[in-house]
Amino acid sequence: MTALAAVRTADLPRAEELAAVRAGEVGSLHSWELVTAVDGPGTRLTTFLAGCPLRCLYCHNPDTLRMRDGRPVHVDELLSRVRRYRPVFRATRGGLTVSGGEPLMQAAFVTRLLEGAKELGVHTALDTSGFLGSHADGRLLDSLDLVLLDVKSGLPDTYRATTGRELAPTLEFGRRLARRGIETWVRFVVVPGLTDGEENVDAVASYAASLATVSRVEVLPFHQMGRDKWDRLGMDYRLADTQPPAPQLVERVRGQFRSHGLTVY
Amino acid sequence: MAIPTIEHTETPSFAWRGFTPGPWQDRIDVRDFIQRNVTRYDGDASFLAGPTERTARVWGILSEMFPEERITGVHDIDATTPSTITSHAPGYIEEDSEIIVGLQTDAPLKRAIMPYGGWRMVANALTTYGYEVDPTLEHIFTTYRKTHNDGVFDVYPPDVRRARSAHIVTGLPDAYGRGRIIGDYRRVALYGVDALIADKKRERAALDSRRSVEDVIRDREENSEQVKALAELKQMAASYGYDISGPAGTGREAVQWLYFAYLAAVKEQNGAAMSLGRTSTFLDIFLQRDIEEGLLSESEAQEIMDDFVIKLRIVRFLRTPEYDALFSGDPTWVTESIGGMGDDGRHLVTRNSFRMLQTLYNLGPAPEPNLTVLWSEDLPEGFKRYCAQASIDTSAIQYESDELIRSQCGDDSGIACCVSAMAIGKQMQFFGARVNLAKALLYAINGGRDELTGKQVAPASEPVSGTVLDFEDVMAKYDSLLDWLAQTYVDALNCIHYMHDKYAYERLEMALHDGDVLRTLACGIAGLSVAADSLSAIRYATVHPLRNAEGLVVDYRIEGEFPMFGNDDDRVDAIAVDLVERFMAKIRALPTYRDAVHTQSVLTITSNVVYGKHTGNTPDGRRAGEPFAPGANPMNGRDTHGMLASALSVAKLPYSEAQDGISLTNTVVPSGLGRTPEEQTTNLVGLLDAYMGSSGFHMNINVLNRDTLRDAMENPEKYPQLTIRVSGYAVNFTRLTRAQQEDVISRTFHGGL
Repeated sequence: MTALAAVRTADLPRAEELAAVRAGEVGSLHSWELVTAVDGPGTRLTTFLAGCPLRCLYCHNPDTLRMRDGRPVHVDELLSRVRRYRPVFRATRGGLTVSGGEPLMQAAFVTRLLEGAKELGVHTALDTSGFLGSHADGRLLDSLDLVLLDVKSGLPDTYRATTGRELAPTLEFGRRLARRGIETWVRFVVVPGLTDGEENVDAVASYAASLATVSRVEVLPFHQMGRDKWDRLGMDYRLADTQPPAPQLVERVRGQFRSHGLTVY
Repeated sequence: MAIPTIEHTETPSFAWRGFTPGPWQDRIDVRDFIQRNVTRYDGDASFLAGPTERTARVWGILSEMFPEERITGVHDIDATTPSTITSHAPGYIEEDSEIIVGLQTDAPLKRAIMPYGGWRMVANALTTYGYEVDPTLEHIFTTYRKTHNDGVFDVYPPDVRRARSAHIVTGLPDAYGRGRIIGDYRRVALYGVDALIADKKRERAALDSRRSVEDVIRDREENSEQVKALAELKQMAASYGYDISGPAGTGREAVQWLYFAYLAAVKEQNGAAMSLGRTSTFLDIFLQRDIEEGLLSESEAQEIMDDFVIKLRIVRFLRTPEYDALFSGDPTWVTESIGGMGDDGRHLVTRNSFRMLQTLYNLGPAPEPNLTVLWSEDLPEGFKRYCAQASIDTSAIQYESDELIRSQCGDDSGIACCVSAMAIGKQMQFFGARVNLAKALLYAINGGRDELTGKQVAPASEPVSGTVLDFEDVMAKYDSLLDWLAQTYVDALNCIHYMHDKYAYERLEMALHDGDVLRTLACGIAGLSVAADSLSAIRYATVHPLRNAEGLVVDYRIEGEFPMFGNDDDRVDAIAVDLVERFMAKIRALPTYRDAVHTQSVLTITSNVVYGKHTGNTPDGRRAGEPFAPGANPMNGRDTHGMLASALSVAKLPYSEAQDGISLTNTVVPSGLGRTPEEQTTNLVGLLDAYMGSSGFHMNINVLNRDTLRDAMENPEKYPQLTIRVSGYAVNFTRLTRAQQEDVISRTFHGGL
């Protein structure tokens, strides 16, 4: 048995645990996965942190919404796994992706995690809605190679309808990334009847085009894979009857992004 | 194509023109010839040629015959002519169009009978497919000529018989040909048959100088049979109008000579796996010389390889339904090993390595030949990308770690069957199928009684007591049970291979080996992930045994969670590693027939379904009858941390304790590899580099959608060529049984969602 055994619950008394959380040594982890081609370049260790301030109607991981549903994990335990997968990252030109939930709910923990990964020479990415962008300080951003910025809508009203929150913080965070020269992939989920309006898409596209550091846009068709999770959690899933977008619709949306000169997948 | 018209003088001085000389000219040494003459290719696939009109037509003739064969099971059988190298008149698909000639019988897809393995299997197969059993032949093979099968059952001890009928020792080659022997078919092309006969006679002279004791007498008899088989090989080639007593003088001749040698092997033996070896780069040397001499264009070179592969795709054996249940889809395992590195650090990729893979495009995907890439991170980028692309497009390639194979067998080795590496022409194996490790655990729990029948199969021992399974207690009982299992198993294999050598000796295949050959006894284990997860449950959760009225433990109640194999979690992965090491150590302690070196594999082929059917409820929560995971795979759906994490659990199994190979099958949907074809190729190359770089041994890659498979189950006629990789070989999906199709579909799809 080695220290590289599965990431285990940090085994600390309650008071010490709280102190460790404040210091960013311990975070709340939903799960981890070694995935290819979905959360950044190459094969990546994607850590899903628990807790999110948004309530997106189409969320496909509603089990990551509450921080208290995660398992406490020490940053060193995750970093030992990052270390273990260094050969994998090298072979696949992959790295670490911190996702969630909303990882910036645990900005101190994320900072330590990203700094640790950079010390190991590993490519880092942050998958975020940007809503809590103000939580990311200079130290955190200095340890980032790539941000996957989920812009859930381009119009403030649609954003509010989709997520229950304001759009402005996301836009501001993206501009900040651009000023600091951090590569950004913009992600946009096409949900029929919710986010697929031409005006809404155009607003996201012109915003993305305005950021010099955006190197690609990923247009993701809404899917129903998360439906079971909503049911299991006993939560009200308002998109139960929404169909995945038709290929023509997805193509139209991609075309809108392309017409702004963006590289679109 | 225009066949090059060279006066063929059959002298080495002509046939070897332009080749770099070396020790290979003075002794049988194909490796030396390759090392001195290979033209390495570092470019990409852009030079390749598509199928010619001729190729498409000949393949078309066969393709029209396949659907009917799939429905009825066989196209035709010659029920009255026991097959030998020279038994049948020449056969053709379309005589005037064929560039490479030769069929097993006088017509394509017509199967032959091979009774030396056992008459009952032949008779069963004939009856199954509605053919009459010839009474004269039956009389001969039941009265005058003893078979391998008869011999084995004369000598099996009672423990073996019990273990066999209880399905704890399974799939033994006691009623079918053992196969997994690769003749060095290249020798015929490089040296011609006469030189090989002369060499065998030299070996004989050395044997004659030794005292006539049992092993020497046996070697002499085998040598004598080998020489006769080589003479018959010449005779068979002559019936097609070819004199192969001398070396091949052109690329086409090299392919033809080599194919004749292989054809003689598959006319003589119905072996479970009749693998081809490592021929592409060898043949490239001849093709390349023709191209440089201006005799051959790229299109013509490809056409020769396409025609060769057409022949390899229609190798057929007559087998029984019981056999098909174990090894489904009519496999022949014409395994061809491609690529790899030399001991000097230079790769062995040639244009012909590409051409061999290109047949998947020119003829469409197919399970045979079983194309196997010996993968190394150091292979040239263009070749790696072409392999990955072909995998994504056809799912028809398997990958094995060149580094691990080279460390055991050197750089002129090839794969027999699925994952068994051997030095070509210098090493052979006694194939041993496998034991059921999961069922063995249940026997340990039940004091040696069978969990399904209650029969006492293993020697009686103390069953578990109490209401909770204790890890230390179960492990101690399991360890003793495995002692008995290893003894019983090796006993069975020694009996089998003694009799196979005696009554169904592979004369021609062994004629294409050195006289002094390394033999391995290839044992195997099935149900590893079930056993490991069960022990993990006993250790990390609370497992209550549930007993029936007779006190037999028939089910389990699990409280709490436990780590499962396939998540890169050392707690359970260490248990799997321990089982592999533990059983290997027990095997190694036992004496073997002909002093064979002990090895084992973690491989099931498609038999994971049958083994599962014969195994009761297990302490990991698996229900009775549920299929095992194939090979070394984690159990379906229990690997929840992505495909590579799953693979990295398997990569922990030590190759040194499983030198007959460790099989892993992965299925991904295309989008799980990337958003563009370019990105998918890059990522698959990266995954293979990462897995092999982490000491992974073997990986099958299927790139498929679940919906495609569902549709193929319902509408097989729409998918005549749908090929998928199953535990070490490729198989036509529509030829699997329904249960096996369901198993493939329920198996983890790594979608990257």
